[in-house]
This record gives sequence, C-alpha cells and structure tokens, in this order.
Amino acid sequence: MAQTDTAKLRASNKQAGRKKGGSAVIFLFLVILGLFMALPLYLTVVMSVKPVEELFVFPPKLYAVRPTLDNFSDMFRVLHQNRVPFSRYVFNSVFVTVTVTVLQCFFSSMAAFVLAKCKFPGSKILNGIIVVALLYQSNVIYIMQYIVMAKLHMIDTYTALIFPAVASPMGLFLMRQSISQVPDSIIEAAKVDGAGLFRICWQVVMPNQKPALMTLMIFAFQGAWNIQAGSVVFKEQYKTLPTVVSQAASSGMARAGVAMAAAVFILIPPIIIFMLAQRQVIETMAHSGIKE
Amino acid sequence: MAVNTENIGKRSKKEKRSMLWRDIKRNKACYGMIAPFMIFFMLFTAVPVLMSLPMGFTDFNMAQPPKFVGLSNFTTLFLSDKIFMKSIRVTIVFALFTGPISYVLCFLLAWLINEMHPKLKTVFTLIFYAPSMANVYTVWQLIFSGDMNGYMNSFLINLGIINSPVQWLTDGRYVLGVTIIVQLWISLGAGFLALRAGFQNIDRSMYEAGAIEGIRNRWQELRYIVIPSMGPQLMFAAVMQIVSSFTAGTVAQNLVGFPSTDYKAHTIMTHAFDYGWQRFEMGYASAICMVLFIAMFVCNKLISKVLGKYMD
Repeated sequence: MAQTDTAKLRASNKQAGRKKGGSAVIFLFLVILGLFMALPLYLTVVMSVKPVEELFVFPPKLYAVRPTLDNFSDMFRVLHQNRVPFSRYVFNSVFVTVTVTVLQCFFSSMAAFVLAKCKFPGSKILNGIIVVALLYQSNVIYIMQYIVMAKLHMIDTYTALIFPAVASPMGLFLMRQSISQVPDSIIEAAKVDGAGLFRICWQVVMPNQKPALMTLMIFAFQGAWNIQAGSVVFKEQYKTLPTVVSQAASSGMARAGVAMAAAVFILIPPIIIFMLAQRQVIETMAHSGIKE
Repeated sequence: MAVNTENIGKRSKKEKRSMLWRDIKRNKACYGMIAPFMIFFMLFTAVPVLMSLPMGFTDFNMAQPPKFVGLSNFTTLFLSDKIFMKSIRVTIVFALFTGPISYVLCFLLAWLINEMHPKLKTVFTLIFYAPSMANVYTVWQLIFSGDMNGYMNSFLINLGIINSPVQWLTDGRYVLGVTIIVQLWISLGAGFLALRAGFQNIDRSMYEAGAIEGIRNRWQELRYIVIPSMGPQLMFAAVMQIVSSFTAGTVAQNLVGFPSTDYKAHTIMTHAFDYGWQRFEMGYASAICMVLFIAMFVCNKLISKVLGKYMD
C-alpha cells in the first residue's frame, strides 16, 4: 500500500518537472530544524537518567556519563507511599482517557457533520458559538464550571473528570472544517439512495475523514490524559496518574532529575498513541472520486 | 427551502412561527445527531461562559456574592492601571512575533513534510509536534540558567562570545525574547497537525492534473493547487494561533518567574492570573479577560476576511 503510494508520489513529482536537488535541500532544512526542536526534549531524557552528581558539572554535558534509573525509582517510591495502590491510578487514567477519547470522537464527528452539511433553524448561530467558545478564555470559567459541577453533585466522582472534557469546541471545529470539504453531491446522492443522516454520516462521510478523525483522536487522548484532577477531585482514589506523578515530582524531593523523569514518564502514552494515529493519517491517500 | 422563504415577508407572525416549527420538525434528525455534543457543550462550556460574562461588571472576591459596580473595573483598567497598559504592549509584541511566525512555520513544515517518504513523515511530524505535547519548562530553565552550568551560557562562553554568564531569565533585556523562543518551540501544535491531516486529504490526481495543465514548480503548485484546497484547515490553524499567541502566559510564568523582572514578560493573561488567583479580585480579572476576548474576536474577523479572499 505505502509502496505503491510512494511510487505514485515519485511519478507525480516527475510530472511536475521537479529537480531531485530540491528534495535534498528540503530534507536538509527539515533535519536541521528538527535537531533544534528535538534538542530540549533530548536533554530532558538525558537529565532524567543522569545521576545527581552529574547534574551540576561544568561544562554541562550533552549525555549522561553513567546513566541510571534512580530518578525513576525515586519517583515510584514516592508514589508507593500513597494510601492508594499504584494500579488504581493506572486504572483511573486509562478509564478516564479512553472514555473521553471515544465519546469526544463520536459526538464531535456527528455534530460536525450536521453543522457542516445541514441547514436547519439555529445552525448558523451554533456554528458561530463554536468559534466564540474557542476564543473566549477566562479564568472565571473554571469557577463557574466548578459551580455547575457542584450543583450536579459531580465533585469527587469520575464524572467531574470525564464530562467537562467530552464536548471540546476545538475538536468539533476541526472536524467541521474538514467535513465541509466533502462535496455536497455525494451527500445528495446518498439521500436519493434513501440513506438517513446517521448512515450518511458514518458510512459515506466519515470513512473519508480518517486523517481528521485520527488527528482529533490525538488531541482528545492528549487532553484527556493530561486532565488535572486537582481542583475537582479531592479523594485520592479518583486521581489520575499524571496528577499524582506531577505532585510527586514537585513535592519535597524537588530535584531536577525527578521532575524530568516524571515528564518523560507522562509523555510516553501520548507519544505511542500519536505514532499509531499518525501512521493511519499517512496511509490515507485521497483517491480520485472522493472529491470533485 | 427556497420556495418556503420566497414570500416570507408577506406572511403573518403566526404563520411564520408554524413554518419555523415545521422546519424544526423536518430537521429533527439533525437535532438528534447534534444533541449529545450540545448537551455537554451547553452544561460545561456555554453555561459557565454565560455565567462569567457579567462578572466583569462586578466586584467579586469569591468569598462574598458579587456586587454590581457598573463600568468601574474598565475605567480603572484603562485609566489608572499602568501595569495593564504595559501588559497590552507585551501581549502585542508577543503575539506579533509568535503568531505569524509560527503560523507560517506550521504551514511550511506541514507542506515540506508532505513531500517526504511515508516513514520519514511520521518521524518529522513527531519531532515537530512533540514539544507541544511535552510542556517541559524545567529543561528550558536549565538551558537558560543564569550560572555557568546553563547550556546556553556554557556554549557561548566556550565560543568566546561572552565572558561572564548572562542572566537570561532575570535580566529585563532578555526575558521577553527568551519567552518568545520557548513559545515558538511549543507552538507547532494543533494547527500544525490539522494542516498535516489536510495535506493528506488533497487528492493526488489534482497534482497530476496540474502538471498536465502546465504547473512547472513547487511554488505554482502551492499557489494554484495546495492553498485553494486547504482553506478550512488554514482557518482552523489561524484560530488556534490567535488563541495560543494572545492567551500565552503560562510559559512566562513558569520560565521567567511571576511577576517577571520589570513586568517585561507580563502578558494580559498573566495580569488576569495575578488579579484572579493571587489577589482574588475575580471581577477585575474577568474584566481583563473580556478586553482580551474582544481583541481576539476582532483579530479573528480580520483574518477570516483576509483568508476568505484567497479561498473559493
């Protein structure tokens, strides 16, 4: 699959009369910029495996002379001092993240399809509200959100972590923008064939929206994984892994190495999801007939 | 639909209402599909936003119920709050540097990566996107650390450019610059990924057709094929860029301390944080946020006008 696509890409490059040199220059540019971008992250990883005595030597080294996993074991030792077993945090994180990601992808895609492709009383206002909601940032919102949650008796339950994250204006906006590119004729044709809106959405439109949907999944997962439980959940047994890990990193034993270890540890699941989803994005190649 | 609206002006109010009702009933599938999202959206985004709007006109310290004070928050802001004036300047400089640069970078990189071999695509996309996932400020503190152990200082000393360590994070001359660099580093986020997905969605046959019709080089391809078919993604990236460059504050707070030296990296959002969470003057803080929102809204309108010209 990927190979035939590459061959096609080469063919189309040739057709466009491109020089081979151009691609090499682009590649070089990306590599150099990429090195700059990756350097701080690389340093983070290096710091997380540096023993304490190596942290403050001059000149600072770009690698660890005697790499150690002490920082990681220190971090886990602090976590194990909590009353709640470590596996509980893992479960909380997995449960919250998976629920939010699934619901967000499902709800946003459906709503985005309707907002992008159907005209009905109120559709214009709803479309406008989404962008306004994205732009309106205020620290008062969190207080009001808390009041709403308290009124609904959601504080100190899983719902306080899950519900507010389900409807993200950003996710809806992303999907709406992408679905708006689907030609109306395809939807009209499906309507003529007698398909209902729900079926059109999932069987006609969404199969061609893999890149946008996978991108939404990355955002949703990342957002859900990083939900800070601190202000809505006070009981230890409902806290998520990133919350307790960052607590451990910043409390008492505030050493740069442990903070780095925590950062690296928290970053692993989103990166795995990113790689899986991005591969799906790249495998999608739009073919003739999908678009006008 | 077109037939229905043709003589709508002539009809009575009652008829109009019954027509609207019929219209709503006809579209009940739409409402059904949008409902799950909207219920959550209304409860946890729209209602809190609406509840927070009037706060700008009140005196609210979170302990007592809000007291209506009219426009006095706004007059204080613009007439006597000198630090707010400073923060406007910082925010504008900050947004002017980070916004356009990172928008162009997002697009350029997404485009260039699109030309690569599929395996390289994933690697490059990860490298450029990872910083926005990471939120690591500690490492930047070590890089720009003020003693000789800082990577930046030791690097420049070794090269002989400087003789003594520079206080990157506390010297008023550098704090804003350092903050802008770090913000640029983490700014290839949602917009960048959305553009990557958009590129992946452009039909290959468009390029082939373009080549037949005489497109000679990459720039022509960009102008005549790529940009016209990327409109929605470009708009998405623009909105995300406006939000991230106008509401930036956490980077400065984590990096150069709070408040920063001479308020040199004090953005409007930092100012709102200061009043909201340090002094618990929530009414004043939400007045600040409201001003910022209006600025962002105007900016968004301008950009969608400009982008609209190039598309369709």
